[in-house]
Amino acid sequence: MDNYMRLEILAKGENESFARSAVAAFALSLNPSLSELSDIKTAVSEAVTNSVVHAYKRGEEERKIVIECRICGGELHIEITDYGCGIDDVERAQTPFYTTLSGEERSGMGFTIMQTFMDGFSLQSTRGKGTRVAMMKRIGEEEKKERVHA
Amino acid sequence: MRISVNYQDNVLYLRLSGELDEHSATYARREADRLAEGYAGSDSAVFDLRDVSFMDSTGIGFLIGRYKKFRQFGVPTYLTNPTQSTDKILSMSGVYTLMPKI
Repeated sequence: MDNYMRLEILAKGENESFARSAVAAFALSLNPSLSELSDIKTAVSEAVTNSVVHAYKRGEEERKIVIECRICGGELHIEITDYGCGIDDVERAQTPFYTTLSGEERSGMGFTIMQTFMDGFSLQSTRGKGTRVAMMKRIGEEEKKERVHA
Repeated sequence: MRISVNYQDNVLYLRLSGELDEHSATYARREADRLAEGYAGSDSAVFDLRDVSFMDSTGIGFLIGRYKKFRQFGVPTYLTNPTQSTDKILSMSGVYTLMPKI
């Protein structure tokens, strides 16, 4: 492991922007392209928003989200954990356009975006204990592809 | 997130600027719906996305919600000038089938 950071934040809307910017700033040492950086910010935003919107019921104390990032070689590993209600049906939750809050203009595309924008994705959830999303992004892949095609 | 308005030849232009995420969408939603009602007689409405510096899947929900709102008044909606990263999200979610890119 080349570098590590851990960020603990309150699960509230104001922190969504802070969380994705902090992870993006941490990733800068890998010299990512603008589009790689934007993929990372979007994926982090999706995971953090899920925790803010779904994990904690109003009034509950300890609304915590923990974000851990590791840099290993050219890879950025991100784990986003909440200690909220957990997901009933993990498989169904990952179906495109599926949402449990259909009255609130939720697109149901969060997990699909995380899976599409990142190079690795896994989801673990325990009812009543919380949810952990682990994601990985390889930095410099686009350049390699360009070189291959050139 | 800010929305500025330009009304030209019966076309309502809504220029969004800033970050569109779950937190900022509440204001944007209220403001856009107020404009939809105020300009209900428009021939069409165009969302100009050039100054949207960040958008996640909340943006998809926001845009589809506005498509429905304007449709109540018979006003078709269009999207224009998305940045590269906004375009990626909008393409994969199929929003352009409801709100064509012009």
